[in-house]
Amino acid sequence: MSTHRQHYDVIVVGGGHAGAEAAASAARYGACTALVTHKPETIGVMSCNPAIGGLGKGHLVREIDALDGIMARAADLGGIQFRMLNRRKGPAVRGPRAQADRKLYRQAVQNLLAAQSNLDIVTGEVFDLSVEAGRVTGVVLADGRRFAAGTVVLTTGTFLRGLIHIGEKRIPAGRVDEAPSLGLSATLERHGFPLGRLKTGTPPRLDGRSIDWAGLEMQPGDEPPEPFSALTPAIANPQISCGITRTTLASHDLIRANLHRAPMFSGQIEGRGPRYCPSIEDKVGRFGDRDGHQVFLEPEGLDDDTVYPNGISTSLPEDVQLGLLKTIPGLERAAMLRPGYAIEYDFVDPRALKNTLETRALAGLFLAGQINGTTGYEEASAQGLLAGLNAARMAGGANPAVFDRTQSYIGVLVDDLVTHGVTEPYRMFTSRAEFRLSLRVDNADERLTPLGLQLGIVSSTRRAAFETRNRDISSLRDKLRSLSLTPQQAQGFGLQLNRDGLRRSAYQILSYPDVTFTQVASVWPELNAYAAPVVARVTADAVYSVYLDRQAAEIQAYRRDQSLKVPADLDLDAISGLSNELKLKLAAQRPADLAQAGRIEGMTPAALTLLAAHARKARTAALSTGST
Amino acid sequence: MVRVSGPRVRFVLETVAGPIPPPRVATLRKLVDAEGAAIDRALVLFFAAPASFTGDDVVEFHVHGSRAILARLVAVLTALPGVRLAEAGEFTRRAFEAGKLDLAAVEGLADLIDSETEWQRQQALRQMDGALGTLTLAWRTTLIDAMSLLAAELDFSDEGDVSGPLQLQAVELASNVLMSLQSALGSFAMGERIREGFVVVLAGPPNAGKSSLLNALARRDVAIVSPIAGTTRDILEVRLDLAGIPVILIDTAGLRDSDDPIEAEGVRRARALVERADLVLSLRAIDSAPYRIENQANQLAVATKSDLPGDVLPGEQAISVETGDGLAELLACIVGRLQGLGSGGSALLTRERHRIAVADAIAALERAVTAQHGQGELLSEDIRLAVLALERLVGRIDVEDVLDRLFAGFCIGK
Repeated sequence: MSTHRQHYDVIVVGGGHAGAEAAASAARYGACTALVTHKPETIGVMSCNPAIGGLGKGHLVREIDALDGIMARAADLGGIQFRMLNRRKGPAVRGPRAQADRKLYRQAVQNLLAAQSNLDIVTGEVFDLSVEAGRVTGVVLADGRRFAAGTVVLTTGTFLRGLIHIGEKRIPAGRVDEAPSLGLSATLERHGFPLGRLKTGTPPRLDGRSIDWAGLEMQPGDEPPEPFSALTPAIANPQISCGITRTTLASHDLIRANLHRAPMFSGQIEGRGPRYCPSIEDKVGRFGDRDGHQVFLEPEGLDDDTVYPNGISTSLPEDVQLGLLKTIPGLERAAMLRPGYAIEYDFVDPRALKNTLETRALAGLFLAGQINGTTGYEEASAQGLLAGLNAARMAGGANPAVFDRTQSYIGVLVDDLVTHGVTEPYRMFTSRAEFRLSLRVDNADERLTPLGLQLGIVSSTRRAAFETRNRDISSLRDKLRSLSLTPQQAQGFGLQLNRDGLRRSAYQILSYPDVTFTQVASVWPELNAYAAPVVARVTADAVYSVYLDRQAAEIQAYRRDQSLKVPADLDLDAISGLSNELKLKLAAQRPADLAQAGRIEGMTPAALTLLAAHARKARTAALSTGST
Repeated sequence: MVRVSGPRVRFVLETVAGPIPPPRVATLRKLVDAEGAAIDRALVLFFAAPASFTGDDVVEFHVHGSRAILARLVAVLTALPGVRLAEAGEFTRRAFEAGKLDLAAVEGLADLIDSETEWQRQQALRQMDGALGTLTLAWRTTLIDAMSLLAAELDFSDEGDVSGPLQLQAVELASNVLMSLQSALGSFAMGERIREGFVVVLAGPPNAGKSSLLNALARRDVAIVSPIAGTTRDILEVRLDLAGIPVILIDTAGLRDSDDPIEAEGVRRARALVERADLVLSLRAIDSAPYRIENQANQLAVATKSDLPGDVLPGEQAISVETGDGLAELLACIVGRLQGLGSGGSALLTRERHRIAVADAIAALERAVTAQHGQGELLSEDIRLAVLALERLVGRIDVEDVLDRLFAGFCIGK
């Protein structure tokens, strides 16, 4: 056991996905960082389904990778089935997803952290924060140890007053078999943070050897599997298939007969659960007319027989869960290794945060992950990366980094959280990004790696890989723009264009929805020299080019609103004509700029105009008196 | 009536009229000044925030209609701390800022106050009542439904429980809104006409009696709203209220070829006016050759000077300004023709701002409906742009609305 320092630049509390990513990014920035966890062997544990990525979530993973985070690399090392979702749909809505071997993934995260310089892993339970004059100065452990810190990142997930429900049974816990954290909830309450209660759930775990696979539809992964990370040349793990089955009318009858024993319906659970990840009892309650709901049987590892039945998350009593399995084809004789459960936990209303993820109430305290009301490993990691970066920058005296909606899903995520708060666990969807067509998984590096370099968290290895790829992309794009032909010539190659006699560039031709790159390359064979990812990326830009041009004006308007900062000390009472309701909302949320103010619920165009006028006036006054 | 709005209303009420009466109940009170001297006995009507026109506390003093009483009451009120005379339109601005009226409703209120004829009043009232806002909301709701169908297809395609021809359904919804928008845009010309007035042009060869008819119409049976001198010596326009229909009656230079550059310019302008007129009265003296204006479908042939010898041609309306014969029939004819263009209650879009917003929405939806690419994210983008355009009329969009619709309709989640 190494001896630890007494003082760190950044202390990260929690070793889940948010904590691991926060510690890694703070350390990459160069901050002397400690990750404090009560159980170092659980760092990188997947407490729910064994998968990374998906629609919207895959975007976050690629963005984390573009900023040199660890999640994508760990998923490549742990992945045992890779699929590109929406492969047949447009490039903007494709989402990479990987089924992961729990053990391999956890090991990959732990190895990546172990290899990270400037980072200590400290074992202990953080019980309280040290605070001096409204600023966090360190943490206090349950065993009485104290560590001083420039800044602190809290990533305590579902551990704050966590309470597990299995039917009528209630067990205080952060995860199954792990004690909840009670001290920090009290700390947050003491400092006036608005706490709420959320709920999430997980299905029972099955013994794969007791499943009758023979009768089930099997879903293989992509061949070849496409890695998440720009730094992974190829996936080394053997690849597996998942099984698919369905609930039956008998399942639904059984659930209905036992609804009164479900904590969700008996009133035993007060927290709100996610609508997009409902329990099976919720599905039956709300969509009772269906004859079945799909269940994906996902193996949890290469040398692990545990199977995760994705689709039947439940908190029904154990005996009902067992009965339920018997009604599902293939699972009639399945052995249940562990029952499903619902967990309720405290979260902090994220409107108490700045868009840097620093809390407004305590300087130097940052929150990331499920504590902010989100769900999902990817959402947690994305916040962890930003919180860790800003904690490190603040400790080092640099300006905080802010990601905006025009630039990244991370920006969308943070802006949604701090502007709207949450009413259910927040999950990313591509539909949340208004600039979806330009925020794609294939251009995450172009959007964010240069920014990451500027912010000081991208390694020279990634820089080199990025520059090589970028050079190829520019070269292909330039070539496509310089090559051209007439409609008549095009016809010679079997391409039908308007016979208007106008020459078109290869790039324009590629932008037509019915023209493929292969067709264009048949005209100019030199284009075949480019690698597939480079081609895919430039083709996506071409296909969307008309729409991207149209969005440019909107992005410009957004940036203009964003550049008009609302001073933090703007006297709202002095704005006559602003309704009291809006004054209260503005006072509570303190939007950083006009763009954010515009997204506050109930904001009227007139009120926004008033706010803009006053913000401008206040700024002019501040400038003329020489202050900033 | 004197109306006071704002946070000091309760203080004002207690000072001038005693204890605060129950909200929305007309209460008879004696109004007094600072020394306790009576001003008037008045009906006092109190509205508690936020259930008032402006969203703040509001009180209305319904006093007797005397200038002296009004002057005294206003003097007493404005002497109170924090009370001042409202600026023009300030109550409406407050109502708008408090979210009580949307932008279209504010425009409707302004038009209502300015309305001069019955059709204008009806149209403004409809708009103030939120006819455009209500319809826009309905369009928006349908388009958000379409977006949620596409979101289900794009964001939850990996879930076995989301299926069906979602894209087709979305396009059908968009196409319904498109048709409704197109018909609203068709009514824009009408709405603008009712706001601005129908253009009725008097045209014909020199000495056909155009100016005499203008004078006669302006004198008889119609309310002259305002005579406005035209920009040239040859064009004169008069605003009329014909049976509730706002009309701008324009006298033009005689239509003939001329070498005189000034007259030629007058003729050019007259022809341009004829082009964009809602109705052209093509005049000829009954004793002159038949006359018809080209390229103007909506024209009414008038034979003037019917007191002179000559034949009335089929379809011609014969009048004599000298004797007054046929003028009443001509007026009825004009009103009938204008009524045939549409009715006072039908138009929704009345301003250029509305037209641009709706036209933008139409362009975006046309792209979505006619698209061959079948790519959900592009359909969704075009529908989103249509919603943005519509929201420039009244409000704003939030993706949560899309997701709310989605979760209500689909069983999402593995």
